[in-house]
Amino acid sequence: MANTYQLSRESLTSLFGALRKDGRRILAPVESDGRIGLGEVEAPAQVAGDYLQTIMSAKEVAFPKVERLLSYTITPGQVDLKDAEPKAAPTVLFGVRPCEAKAFGALDAVFNWDYRDKFFNARLEKLAVIGLSCTKADEACFCTSVGGGPADTAGSDILLTPVADGYLAEVLTEKGTAILNLASDLFKPGNGVDKVAVAAKVEAAFDQPALTAKLPGMFDSEVWVDQSLRCIGCGACAFVCPTCVCFDIQEEADPKQGERLRCWDSCGFHMFTLHASGHNPREVQSARWRQRIYHKFSYYPQRYDQLGCVGCGKCTRACPVDMNLKEHLTEAAGVTA
Amino acid sequence: MEALKQRAIELLEKGEVKAVLGYAKGTGQARRAFFARQPGQVDKLVLDEACTQNLAAYATKHEVKKLGRVAIVAPPATQRALIQLMAERQLRDGDLAILAVDEGAIKELGSAAALEEHLALKAQGLDAKDKTLLAKLDAMSREDRWAYWQNEFSRCMKCYACRNSCPMCYCEHCTMDCNRPQWVPVASHSIGNLEYHMVRTMHLAGRCVECGDCGRACPVGIPVHLLTISAEETVHELFGQRAGAKAKLDYALSTFKTDDKESFIR
Repeated sequence: MANTYQLSRESLTSLFGALRKDGRRILAPVESDGRIGLGEVEAPAQVAGDYLQTIMSAKEVAFPKVERLLSYTITPGQVDLKDAEPKAAPTVLFGVRPCEAKAFGALDAVFNWDYRDKFFNARLEKLAVIGLSCTKADEACFCTSVGGGPADTAGSDILLTPVADGYLAEVLTEKGTAILNLASDLFKPGNGVDKVAVAAKVEAAFDQPALTAKLPGMFDSEVWVDQSLRCIGCGACAFVCPTCVCFDIQEEADPKQGERLRCWDSCGFHMFTLHASGHNPREVQSARWRQRIYHKFSYYPQRYDQLGCVGCGKCTRACPVDMNLKEHLTEAAGVTA
Repeated sequence: MEALKQRAIELLEKGEVKAVLGYAKGTGQARRAFFARQPGQVDKLVLDEACTQNLAAYATKHEVKKLGRVAIVAPPATQRALIQLMAERQLRDGDLAILAVDEGAIKELGSAAALEEHLALKAQGLDAKDKTLLAKLDAMSREDRWAYWQNEFSRCMKCYACRNSCPMCYCEHCTMDCNRPQWVPVASHSIGNLEYHMVRTMHLAGRCVECGDCGRACPVGIPVHLLTISAEETVHELFGQRAGAKAKLDYALSTFKTDDKESFIR
């Protein structure tokens, strides 16, 4: 059960100060040329004032687009191999939306499935999430259709919900308590504000458990072909997605030295499953689009007992050809076998 | 709009085409590509200022070619892309029914020659905002321009939305995807991003139809279209050629002339 407090708007300045004094960097949504993205801030005034979401997801904080795994030098008769060590700075992610906070769970499921990924874990261990409930949503949002909500606490160490003059602060984890203890005088006793009343209203669009149950039986449905006809096979959806976790291992080397890099990859790319023989089991875009849906809504629940989608809608907003995930899932859920 | 819908229904009913590729309402105010495959779906077609995507990008796709003959709704930039694709032998003359749209008026163009004649009557102009940005970039010192692009590319994540949205990026095996040998680093680090955008720009110099779709496609708002437009304008300035005007290939960067004014090439 969360400990609930009141936090005044003015006290955020002191909270930011206390976090920085504790040696933590603060990442928050900031505005630059009309775009909202995560940036390092020192004071609350630098945080974007009115935003729905960042374009990119917060996954970069724990899973960057390029990660060096190892490097080596080659001299006659000898190879010197050096493991890379993660650079993990104590970080507070401030003001991310509940959907994105929850998404770290989906990343965690993969990075700690059968192997503990030291890079991801090193960063996650030093990461604290101060989430911010949504008071508005757009047509791309569908958190409530995938088990989340605009004021959902999952994934946040502290969840702030905007109320008059400040925030309702739910301190949810040990990491949250540690932050509270840095500036306990700022956290005033809560007064039982009904956060649901202030949170955005996001209507559930489709019956997700029913969709997940029927997906295995609709692998050959024409719906995937119809939906994907306009997909151009780029990786925008996967790269902005807070749960998309697929990566490619690349070697950058010359005869004397080299580096092994882990780079974001996307199942939407035609090269993703291309075999060395030239055979491609997902030869057409419809097969790749179907994989995207199945991975998130069928394979993820089977394997990790959770969904690989948090309904943030970033993919829909980023898509150059307006592939609307909520709409397409709703359509798929309505297909009669 | 009514004329377009009527013609679309006719084409589908008579079996002259298997699909009419146009625009339909999308998320919010957005418009999206739409394949009307039955006369009953034609009603979903819309045509207004928000219809900006260059649909010619679909004309070379396997999935679309497999549908059979397609009619394509083609505003000016799409018309330019289609004739360039024909010039580059990616589309056969007559492969598509081209429903040329110019300020609301619809004209059906059946051949490359008709398209060329139609395009010759029109002045090609750059978007005012792009013109301003290009002038601003031109006025910068080399160092400032370098810094500007370095900063812009720092947001690139190599999702290839710019490449994949481009009607002229139809290569089956893009240099970016070539790994034997690996010409360009796959990783989206500073060198990988820079090399990618340089290759893309050079490959479109003299071939870019200046639709701006690559820039619109970029999820992180990098004005990548300014690179290819700038290269296209340079080719025009130096060689007097423009992509998207002629049915027969006229491409400065792959043309050799014995009377070339430069001595190094002779």
